[in-house]
Amino acid sequence: MKIHQLSLFVENKPGHTAAPARLLANEGIDIRALSLADTEQFGIVRMIVSDWQRAAEILKSRGYVANTTEVLAVEVPDRPGGMADVLVALDGSGMNIEYMYAFPYPRGDQAILIFRFNDPDAAISRLQTAGINVLAGHELMER
Amino acid sequence: MNSVLESAITDCHPASVPDYLPVAQLRDMQLKRMQAVVARAWQQVKLFRSRMDERGLEPAHIRSLEDVAKLPFTVKNDLRDTYPSGLFASPMKDVVRLHASSGTTGKPIVVAYTKEDVDVWTSVVVRCLAGCGLHRGDIIQIAYGYGLFTGGLGAHYGAEALGAAVIPASGGNADRQIMLMKDFGVTAMCCTPTYFLHLIDRAAELGVDLRELPLRAGVFGAEPWTDSMRKRVESASNIEAFDIYGLTEIIGPGVGCECRQHRGLHIFEDHFYPEIIDPETGDSVPDGTEGELVLTTLSKQAMPMIRYRTRDITRILPGTCDCGRTMRRIARIGRRSDDMLIIRGVNVFPSQVEAALLEIEGTLPHYQIILTRAQGLDQMEVQVEVTPQMFNDKIGALQGLQAKIQSALDHVLGIRVKVALVEAFSIQRSEGKAKRVIDRRTV
Repeated sequence: MKIHQLSLFVENKPGHTAAPARLLANEGIDIRALSLADTEQFGIVRMIVSDWQRAAEILKSRGYVANTTEVLAVEVPDRPGGMADVLVALDGSGMNIEYMYAFPYPRGDQAILIFRFNDPDAAISRLQTAGINVLAGHELMER
Repeated sequence: MNSVLESAITDCHPASVPDYLPVAQLRDMQLKRMQAVVARAWQQVKLFRSRMDERGLEPAHIRSLEDVAKLPFTVKNDLRDTYPSGLFASPMKDVVRLHASSGTTGKPIVVAYTKEDVDVWTSVVVRCLAGCGLHRGDIIQIAYGYGLFTGGLGAHYGAEALGAAVIPASGGNADRQIMLMKDFGVTAMCCTPTYFLHLIDRAAELGVDLRELPLRAGVFGAEPWTDSMRKRVESASNIEAFDIYGLTEIIGPGVGCECRQHRGLHIFEDHFYPEIIDPETGDSVPDGTEGELVLTTLSKQAMPMIRYRTRDITRILPGTCDCGRTMRRIARIGRRSDDMLIIRGVNVFPSQVEAALLEIEGTLPHYQIILTRAQGLDQMEVQVEVTPQMFNDKIGALQGLQAKIQSALDHVLGIRVKVALVEAFSIQRSEGKAKRVIDRRTV
């Protein structure tokens, strides 16, 4: 249920995000989802890729500082209120969302929300109890 | 067994014999060699001859070691100004090797060696390594650059003459360095301390625990480092770290080295005569007082250096060392007189930045200081490389780290600086030495 997300430290300067993206592209790694958290001076690129172990090795071998984090991918209907329903289900659980980002499917009427929780296992059971679909890694890649 | 005898048995080599010369005999030898080298430089080196003439001095005026204070100093610019061979005291047919200093702009500083000079150099490096407890049977990997830089070849000749198995890995390619260390059971590394820190990082990433390897010693030099760095390195790799000292102008690595007592660095005084002076006035100061280290080469043929001002700030440690060596010791060099930065009127040394960074859990001293001037005011930015240990994919955690570094620096330096987190390896390194200060201030 938990998905490996790759996070990468980059300086907030022109070209600093493009270089690692190009590097992964050349190695045939597909980036399924990406979010960029930035401050004035540096940023963190977070991404879900087709082969996270190989991607991590490629980046590290080129001197990038990268780590992997376990995140959850939640499937929601791509309509007004789709995300709100999930957030409401988590409300009052005391569960802390460290960060999240969303992306729509290229086809179909579903969207994916990526969450980093302080306690992912507790989050999984809470979401499943509420009837929300938490995707496994292979499910995310197959779509 | 008394400790002197014990150390003489365990950390010696036949080449180490002069380490234990009785002091009177050593002083006598130094005087004779001093007189010979002054005579040689006077006969062969025009610049030295003219400076002696200006003072009305001749080699015969050197009758005691105290008379050294009468001799003119040599400074780094003298080597630049006389490029390529103005300070050579031997014809090229007697020269077997050239080296040049690294990391400077413009003309390099070139030094020459005769066969005898290379032999002396080799012997002092053997004495350094033996003093670190290394001997035949050790497997020594040399990760200093090989080439014009003195580090690689200097350490190499010494390690080989010691009888150790030498792996001339040269600088760079951390993965290969770690592979060799692991697969050949390397017992000692010779490199810069910052490069070794990098190897520690990379080994952790590769899942190699350096503490489980046969590695037991590190001989680190070519840049100043601190005791906090020693602690960090030793605990991360379970080795004994030694400080080796040297400079291209004098011979290269091997001018001095720590012994296993780790209480200062023994200077191989039978070849390099040390003095400490007040850098402002040029006057000699007594042993124990801090000042600039000045060295005279006592046996060099191709390029004798008379009273060379090293710019390194240290003091001669009074008293004798428990290891029994009679060679005097200098304190670890934490700074250079030309290292000092004056920022908004406050004196700042790069070593203070290193010490502050090492106070913070998880950080490594991979840093660079950038100085600029805005509206007539000096601005200091400290760029710190983000290592895998420091990285966290939450913005808040990185900002917290940045704030922590900021407050540690404010506290140590007493001035407000800007802290920037930068990508790993973005700070330029030359010969494995990181360039610590970029001064873009214009008057």
